[in-house]
Amino acid sequence: MHAQAELPDQVADEACARVGNDRHRLLDVLLTVQHRCRWIAPAAIDRIAARLGLTALAVRGVASFYSFLSLEPRGHITIRLCDDIIDRHAGYDGVLAAFEDALGIRLGGISADGAVSLDATPCIGLCDQAPAAMVNDVVLAGLTPERARDAARALKAGARPEDLVSPVFDSLSAHERVRAAVANNIRLSGDVLLGEVPREAGLRRALALTPEQIIAAITASGLRGCGGAGFPAGRKWEAAAREAAARRFIICNADEGEPGTFKDRVLLTERPHLLIEGMTIAARAVGAREGILYLRGEYAYLRDHLEAVLAERRAAGLLGVGILGTPGFDFDIRLQLGAGAYICGEEGALISSCEGLRGEPKTRPPFPVQRGYLGFPTVVNSVETLCHAARILDRGPEWFFAMGTPGSHGTKLFSVSGDCRAPGIYELPYGVSVQELLHLAGAEDAAAVQVGGPSGVMIGRDSFHRQLSFDDLATGGAIIVFSGARNILEIVDYYLSFFVHESCGYCTPCRVGNVFLREAIAKFRNGHANAEDVAYLRSLSATIIETSRCGLGTTSPNPVLSTLAHFPLVYSVVTKPSDDGLQATFDIQSAIENARGIAKRRSFVFDRDFSQ
Amino acid sequence: MTDAAFTLTIDGTVVAAKPGQTIMEAADAAGIYIPRLCDHQGLRHQGGCRVCTVKAAGRSVAACTQPAAPGLAVENETPHLHALRRDLVEMLFHEGNHLCPICEASGNCELQAMAYRLGMIEPSKFPYLEPTRPVDASHPDIALDTNRCISCGRCIRASEDVDGKGVFGYVGRGIHRRVAVDGADLAHTDAALSDHAVSADVCPVGCIIRKREGFRVPIGERDFDHHLIGETIAEKRR
Repeated sequence: MHAQAELPDQVADEACARVGNDRHRLLDVLLTVQHRCRWIAPAAIDRIAARLGLTALAVRGVASFYSFLSLEPRGHITIRLCDDIIDRHAGYDGVLAAFEDALGIRLGGISADGAVSLDATPCIGLCDQAPAAMVNDVVLAGLTPERARDAARALKAGARPEDLVSPVFDSLSAHERVRAAVANNIRLSGDVLLGEVPREAGLRRALALTPEQIIAAITASGLRGCGGAGFPAGRKWEAAAREAAARRFIICNADEGEPGTFKDRVLLTERPHLLIEGMTIAARAVGAREGILYLRGEYAYLRDHLEAVLAERRAAGLLGVGILGTPGFDFDIRLQLGAGAYICGEEGALISSCEGLRGEPKTRPPFPVQRGYLGFPTVVNSVETLCHAARILDRGPEWFFAMGTPGSHGTKLFSVSGDCRAPGIYELPYGVSVQELLHLAGAEDAAAVQVGGPSGVMIGRDSFHRQLSFDDLATGGAIIVFSGARNILEIVDYYLSFFVHESCGYCTPCRVGNVFLREAIAKFRNGHANAEDVAYLRSLSATIIETSRCGLGTTSPNPVLSTLAHFPLVYSVVTKPSDDGLQATFDIQSAIENARGIAKRRSFVFDRDFSQ
Repeated sequence: MTDAAFTLTIDGTVVAAKPGQTIMEAADAAGIYIPRLCDHQGLRHQGGCRVCTVKAAGRSVAACTQPAAPGLAVENETPHLHALRRDLVEMLFHEGNHLCPICEASGNCELQAMAYRLGMIEPSKFPYLEPTRPVDASHPDIALDTNRCISCGRCIRASEDVDGKGVFGYVGRGIHRRVAVDGADLAHTDAALSDHAVSADVCPVGCIIRKREGFRVPIGERDFDHHLIGETIAEKRR
């Protein structure tokens, strides 16, 4: 039913040759091997190491970092179920059971013939149509147990994953294939990004300006980074332009990994030309000739579509040498696919990943605009920021500046998901209140809203009047709605597990502290916590935030701190007063659970029902 | 930027620095000790353990990687930073298996010495993660017990940059990140007793063990049996 597995060393040879044995392209090499062999076999590691002039350990170090690279065989068909909290609320358990049942394997398992494997993965950017799953290079959205069972049976019967998306998949264009798999769910189009957008208008205007004038326009517009941190885009461009350097780079961060965020998915699907136009304008402004579009591994199904857009633009003279007939204006873009690592959304880690390294953040300073990709000045902007930039050049900075609030100009794409009738994308000016957005999305039952994803804050009804802007509730755009039926501690527990899973492990507080934080929350969920444990949550969170090396650790305790602030009752109802004034640090029941299993009997001392 | 020397202050003491120096380098030269575990004389700075966290102009930064700057006001020995550092050292203790009474490194161990310096004298509130990693005793001269590893990466940088070998490296991610060797086990690497990476003072704990040297110096006569960690740096000022 499946093609004979290819020899790992031969595939490794071809993959290395394709990138000119350039060690900075190690991630591409590993992705190719994973794709064709379904794992990174020791023989492949040795061959790659020899070809690229690395140690086998260095190759293993990179391969073991990324979730989508495997050091053990995975199935010819690799199913990755999205187990985000939204998917769990939307019926993940039933879908998982259906897959397990129909495939005859458990989660994390692989069928005996190596045909299929089943794994779970954090948010894949389809919260508006959860539960969802990746099946090799395609995605299935809006799953039900029935659909899952049908899909599993079809795959077992020899169908290709692509056949599950559309019976006429092969006859569709790259864009149509994406549209067949995923709904855009654009609920509200604003003036800037999702309304009418004339092609190349911004780029044509930029070509009439000097690089300094382009930067001045971006600065005057008030545009701030839309990935969450909100750094002024004009200042970033100017800093990179100012550095004396032989090469400069523009990198588009399309690694939106914040659970609950899917706006880039929609922009990449519907506004890819605007994005590349924005990158091209940025290149003109800072004097870059090379660009990288870093696409998260979860969005691999968008790759062919984006490659087609790049090819179309090269053919039209919008990329390449002498863009739009402008002598000396040369710029081209390569697409770098990620491999399942939230941390690569951090700009330093993203650059490490592009360089073929483990996706660990870089020491700052120097900042990427000083020494970034391969040591050259590099501008890293999000998809939304770059799209905005192109529109600002077209319509002028005053137009953009006039929208929004005094500290947050323009519009923002909000990714709304969870307990609401109309999940999807809403483009609204900054300054809209949470309440207004909830009303638009049909979320009258909202009891809690996670603003900005797990690294943001969770607010309750008494804060729904607050504004979405950098001056009040800053957000990368994720708005996750929870009704009163949801268990807040379960959500906090889930988000902490997410951060534990995604921490790169470089620094102590994030690597270790987040594990402790998750264990502390488990104590609350198990009913063993007392008032001391609340103080412990706060002090541990403070240490993690203050000493962590990058934004992951400085925000990972936010689910704990914001729920302690906005939902104190959730904690107090499960907190027991301590009889002896001591803090329980040891739970005998979980401690002897292993022993029960080994002895295959219950404890005479600790199990009241021992006689049974 | 000029090459002119400048000054900054550390806990109010005026310290001379040169452009390109980190806060820690300037402090070391001035005889002011900033606690650290992953940083080591002669090796690249990593900024991973975070024990050297200081406040520079009010912002918490790692002193080993943060550049010194003219007029910068650095806080080092404050109760607040002391508490943060103790939390970090406790995290490292609880992440691995650090049983001082049965460890050959006891008395020479920087983690243990740092715990004493920071006053970690009672059971901590953190849970124990109790890893069960196999000990690699395959090499004739060197053994590796990564249950005691604190992920400082000193052996990795020493092997790569000083020995030019790359015997050690990180694998895995997050809490599963650990130090591994470039081969099936240590015997299948080109590690040698003469490597800087396996010299006595590169591994700060009892993870890299030089065989047949154990207990040559009796307990009670070891480095930190007689003085606190950091005193050799602080002595320069006296």
